[in-house]
Amino acid sequence: MDEARRVVLRGAGATGMLAAALAAGLLKPERAIAASWNKAAFDSKSTVDALQKMGAANPQNTGDIVIEAPEIAENGAVVPIEISSKVPGTTSIAVLVEKNPQPLAGQFQFMAGALPFVKVNVKMGGSSLVRVVAQAGGKYYTATKEIKVTLGGCGG
Amino acid sequence: MAGPMKARARMRGNYTDIRVLMSHPMETGLRKSKGKVVPKHFIRNLTVKLNGKTVVEGEISQAVSRNPVFSFRVGGAKKGDKVEISWLDNKGDTNKTETAVA
Repeated sequence: MDEARRVVLRGAGATGMLAAALAAGLLKPERAIAASWNKAAFDSKSTVDALQKMGAANPQNTGDIVIEAPEIAENGAVVPIEISSKVPGTTSIAVLVEKNPQPLAGQFQFMAGALPFVKVNVKMGGSSLVRVVAQAGGKYYTATKEIKVTLGGCGG
Repeated sequence: MAGPMKARARMRGNYTDIRVLMSHPMETGLRKSKGKVVPKHFIRNLTVKLNGKTVVEGEISQAVSRNPVFSFRVGGAKKGDKVEISWLDNKGDTNKTETAVA
């Protein structure tokens, strides 16, 4: 699977013309990209829906996920969020901004010695709960943090 | 189209801190410029490898900020180990960079 991915990346580098064609709307990007991307989950317009599409419906609340983020973000375009999971055996972490048009912002898989930690800057359209979902041993765990935004990050 | 990419990996006691900066517009498809909607253009996939072995794989959306910055942590790395980071966006554009653990 990994090897196939390399091939896709290498191929993509050699296809600047393809990129131009895509930009002109001649081709559908969905068709050109083979690397895994959970379109259904990313396109979901509600947190409940996104969790379902991720196969993570009804995650269990936990105090073992640490979310470090400002209580008040002045600029919604760049909200730094630092996440670490103390749930034993965490293999993936997903970040959802509940009130964004599409809540799911990203999902990260950890393997081969990577610690269940990620720091990422996200856009927030307004004040919202930020929900983190960690996967450990086939089960899903969740924690939230409320972040107030004084200036939105979507649109103009 | 892909701008410069920077990465740094440093030993921090019992783990290695990997930071990466990707130059990318991360257009949401909601922003307008001169009355026209700017189409979605964002990084979808990113991969972090340590000595050729994948340690982190990320799928992200347009909700990640412009010129994304990420930090990851890995255990068991040594000074001089090779770190490679690559990304792929929704238009098939790609970029990669590599650094050594310091």
